[in-house]
Amino acid sequence: MSDIRSIRLNVNGVYHEFLAESRTHLADALRKHLGLTGTHLGCEHGVCGACTILADGQPVRACLILAVQAQEMRIVTIEGLAATDKTHPVQDAMAACGGLQCGFCTPGVVASLVALLEEDPVRSREDIREAVSGHLCRCTGYQGMVDAGVKAAAMMQADR
Amino acid sequence: MKSAPFTYHRPTSETELGELLLAHDGAKLLAGGQSLLAMMNLRYVQPDHVIDLAALAHLKGVMLVNNLAVVGAMTTQAQLMTDTVISAHCPLMVGALRHVGHRQTRSRGTLGGSLCHLDPAAELPAVALCHDAVLEIVSASGRRDVGIEDWFIAYMTPALGEGEYLSRIRLASKPKGHGWGFREFARRQGDFALAGAACLLIVDDEQRISDARAVVFGVETRPRRLSAVEAALIGSAPSAALFARLTSETRALEAVDDAYASGAYRRRLGGVMLGQALTDAARRATGGLA
Repeated sequence: MSDIRSIRLNVNGVYHEFLAESRTHLADALRKHLGLTGTHLGCEHGVCGACTILADGQPVRACLILAVQAQEMRIVTIEGLAATDKTHPVQDAMAACGGLQCGFCTPGVVASLVALLEEDPVRSREDIREAVSGHLCRCTGYQGMVDAGVKAAAMMQADR
Repeated sequence: MKSAPFTYHRPTSETELGELLLAHDGAKLLAGGQSLLAMMNLRYVQPDHVIDLAALAHLKGVMLVNNLAVVGAMTTQAQLMTDTVISAHCPLMVGALRHVGHRQTRSRGTLGGSLCHLDPAAELPAVALCHDAVLEIVSASGRRDVGIEDWFIAYMTPALGEGEYLSRIRLASKPKGHGWGFREFARRQGDFALAGAACLLIVDDEQRISDARAVVFGVETRPRRLSAVEAALIGSAPSAALFARLTSETRALEAVDDAYASGAYRRRLGGVMLGQALTDAARRATGGLA
């Protein structure tokens, strides 16, 4: 009794249409149907944060939203943040501060920091710690990514 | 870690929702999905039909009606955190929401979803108890109101029948100048708490507590209002000594034993959280701590 339907998604400013079962979550749709493998999948029950993407500017777990639900949303993935020739300040700061090592959690962490700082770049270190607490990282010990958040905030404030 | 197959429905009107509920016994209502979709991915839950409430605009938003904050069941936790009615009339909820999951789940998670999922360690049912919530339940046969005390039927089981859905939640506004306290202990930010407490204190001009709510959660299988604590508070002056004495009132609770903490530890921790929450509430109340 598979419920297959046509799903239309706006991802990184481009519309895509494909057939998928309604049980397909957004992360699988991005990876398997659109080939956007920058969104990583860890736990698939909303705990690890690896699949975090932006939906209408808000950070959301792509494993806890069905692709069929995301049809009216403006989805931005890690591929969309660096789509032009210029990387996002959060990406620059992550590289500069050693905010990543193996890179598995990184696309999700970047999405969360971008959402936080684009809403308001004036953020305390505590705000940034709280934002990255929604992500499991087994390499860095988090200090580098918190430093990156602070640095990106300063860069984005200067650019305003 | 993928959900079992199901048929997805997205009603756009109350009538259509009513028809779907009648047609599909055992259908699951999908609110923000931050618990249900996780449980479906783990295959703890395998519904044949999922009815998404996202397109029903009348289930979203907050209004102030006759000194009640009326919240649509589908209002997201992120929206509640920045809502002006909620910050003015129910600041306890804003304080509690900081502990609900993470930013990345509050963007989708809803008040109605949390109240229907009813995890024993969830923050929002405890807030609903403090604010004397009344839940508006709708079905094909009409509407009924359920008081929050009657909402908890059993472990993770609300008083919601087949074919019914939660449409709005009415929260009693507390007087200006009331104090609130919210404390929980979790091993990591965003985890479900091992135990927590929520409370409200109203302090009169003579520095006496005229009304109080004291709730502990994460200790029993449901959040529990502590009537003995409230009775001891009312008429007394807020003081550190009184609050310290009341922390022992959690000793008689029927605490949950699990792999994370023993029942004895949860009872003790619930008392500690209660003492801290009361202290915060007294500090925030006009009049303050004597």
